[in-house]
Amino acid sequence: MSGKIAECPECAANVALPADVMEGEIVQCPECGLELEVLSLNPLSLAQAPEEEEDWGE
Amino acid sequence: MTQPNIAMLHSRVRVEEKLLIQAFAEHNAPVDLIDDRKIVFDLQGNGWGKYDVVLERCVNHSRALYALRILNDWGIPTVNTYEVAAICGNKLETTSALVRENIPVPRSKIAFTPESALQAIEELGYPVVLKPAVGSWGRLLSKINDREAAEAILEHKQVLGTYHHSIFYIQEYVHKPARDIRSFVVGDETVAAIYRYSDHWITNTARGGHAENCPVTPEIDRLSRAAAKAVGGGVVAIDLLETAAGELLVNEVNYTMEFRNSIDTTGVNIPSRVVDYVLAVAKNR
Repeated sequence: MSGKIAECPECAANVALPADVMEGEIVQCPECGLELEVLSLNPLSLAQAPEEEEDWGE
Repeated sequence: MTQPNIAMLHSRVRVEEKLLIQAFAEHNAPVDLIDDRKIVFDLQGNGWGKYDVVLERCVNHSRALYALRILNDWGIPTVNTYEVAAICGNKLETTSALVRENIPVPRSKIAFTPESALQAIEELGYPVVLKPAVGSWGRLLSKINDREAAEAILEHKQVLGTYHHSIFYIQEYVHKPARDIRSFVVGDETVAAIYRYSDHWITNTARGGHAENCPVTPEIDRLSRAAAKAVGGGVVAIDLLETAAGELLVNEVNYTMEFRNSIDTTGVNIPSRVVDYVLAVAKNR
């Protein structure tokens, strides 16, 4: 882990981020399980990840 | 040889995008990361002229499609191309492209009204499968076991969905073993394949199916490369169904393939093979 800790916007739990964390990356809150997106690294900010849309996929 | 200018167009950064970024680094190939939520295309301009290749990794099919159309119109090579996205992003287009090349696919019928769709369903017989033409990860797939269910689903699709959902894409239900096969084609090579096991009839690993290595048999290789070619080639993942009679059918082709569960399983460094291909496209520009 990178030592970077962010706060879950939903339940305020600590969310440990991977060492190579990137903007736009998706992480999951270990407490409430919410899918979060890393909006920015500096300052560190997370937000609920956007919901799956009709044309999402591979 | 000077370093090629590469961009990767993405949305949310999935495991696959991070693996690709790592693979670019291992190839000493710097890559510009461009978030599709932040771009503006000036149709009269061409702000992307410096790029020798753009790797498309959008999570939205619609954004990938139009971004690729614009970039290809500007003469910028992309992986994959607009043509491949247009065909693979729509199951009706995919199946039509495969049929044109005599590639075996499940029996499929298209209808435009609930009445004609019900006729098509009854011709195929139950159980039957309905799918939205545009969709992925097993979303909104319906396995219909009888007429009452067919009538209900057809009505719901017509009333509740956008006009896309009144393009009824109807397919025979293939009695497969509790798995399907996903093969990965990069350029002209089937680099790996996995079985996707699931107790549910929908085997996407996005819905809980689990992956195991599948040996790339001559038949899987031949069919996968033929399917890739039929949709325009590049870097694609082919979904294959094994029929009870032991035949292989091509179910669909994916053009922004996910492979997170398929690297350790197959022992093949898929992101590295993708980067090799992207670098080759840049070199040939």
